[in-house]
Amino acid sequence: MKTIKVSVVTPDGPVYDAEVEMVSAKAKSGELGIMAGHVPMVAPLDIAAVRLKNEGRTDYIAINGGFLEVRPDVVTILAQSAERAETIDLVRAQSAKERAEKRLRENPDSIDIKRAELALKRAINRINIAETK
Amino acid sequence: MASLRDIKSRINSTKKTSQITKAMQMVSASKWNRAESNAKKYVPYMEKIQEVVMSIASGSTDASHPMLMSRPIKKTGYIVITADKGLAGAYNSSVLRHVLKTIQQRHKSSDEYVIIAIGKVGRDFFINRKMHVELEVTGVPDQPSFSDISDIAKSAVNLFQNELCDELYMYYNHYVSAISQEVTEKKILPLTDIETSGTLTSYEYEPDPEAILEVLLPQYAESLIYGALLDGKASEHSARMTAMKNATDNAKEIIDSLSLQYNRARQAAITQEITEIVGGAAALE
Repeated sequence: MKTIKVSVVTPDGPVYDAEVEMVSAKAKSGELGIMAGHVPMVAPLDIAAVRLKNEGRTDYIAINGGFLEVRPDVVTILAQSAERAETIDLVRAQSAKERAEKRLRENPDSIDIKRAELALKRAINRINIAETK
Repeated sequence: MASLRDIKSRINSTKKTSQITKAMQMVSASKWNRAESNAKKYVPYMEKIQEVVMSIASGSTDASHPMLMSRPIKKTGYIVITADKGLAGAYNSSVLRHVLKTIQQRHKSSDEYVIIAIGKVGRDFFINRKMHVELEVTGVPDQPSFSDISDIAKSAVNLFQNELCDELYMYYNHYVSAISQEVTEKKILPLTDIETSGTLTSYEYEPDPEAILEVLLPQYAESLIYGALLDGKASEHSARMTAMKNATDNAKEIIDSLSLQYNRARQAAITQEITEIVGGAAALE
């Protein structure tokens, strides 16, 4: 099967660089599946998992926002942070989740509510991905 | 001429100082190595994001966004990146001097500008001159991660979006090489001077260009700030390394000349003693 090159780049350096058969990502407007030869496209991404399928194997990467750029031969995901399932620190993710939940419970009408919600979303996303590996 | 003991104690204290500066030089050298590799690791991200921004902003003329438009300038924002401590040669002073000069040239009253200070030295400098510092960040780690500065970057971008300032400049030391850093002025917002070069891909936008610019442009502006910070950190450590190396070399020079003085003084004392003994012996005969 034809493959397409994928690179996931963050400010702290590249996270993933490989040839895959299919990239599935959750864009703001819905799920996207990209295979080799896709038309050039740009889409903002949601905080969710990106799944990279290759030879029956699936790699999961936790993406915290950012966007996806598709060219016929290469897919680039630019995110402010991204982690591969293997490198996620489950304990840290869980404590981040508890922290965010506590903050939401204690001051439900502070201005930081949006930030806490985002932090919670990121933590849950990381936990889910870490558990699928 | 200073007494033997005075010279000895000066030699000792200079030696101790040089040990400290030597240690600081080595600490900076290792930090500089890491800072430089951090700055390098960041390059692919920056290049990529620049490429996409360029092709969207220049490719589709119908896509517009407040961050791409210049508006009449009532207030200018200055982001000044300095270190938290001194002892780095001209690193801090050259940036601060440049900013101060620019502000004095461009503005007549203090209502026309806001200052965002990153680093303790810069903040204290402006506060001492009774200039209002709108936002300040101190204690930025030596190897900053993106999350460490995303708050300041967001608030700076927000200043522009909420029309609290109409343009945003950034000043920092650009890292050229281990021995040379250059004060750089960079306009962050509005993003009017995006250069177009190379081949541009025309994209399909999902859902539409405006929605993408909405996500992309703040992220781009933030990454510009982060990139400058990494650049500044690499410059800071290399400047400090050079400054400390000079200090160590100077200390060595001082120790050498003091040792010479010390030996001369000792020799003079011995000669004097001998003359005294000889004189005494001659008197007895």
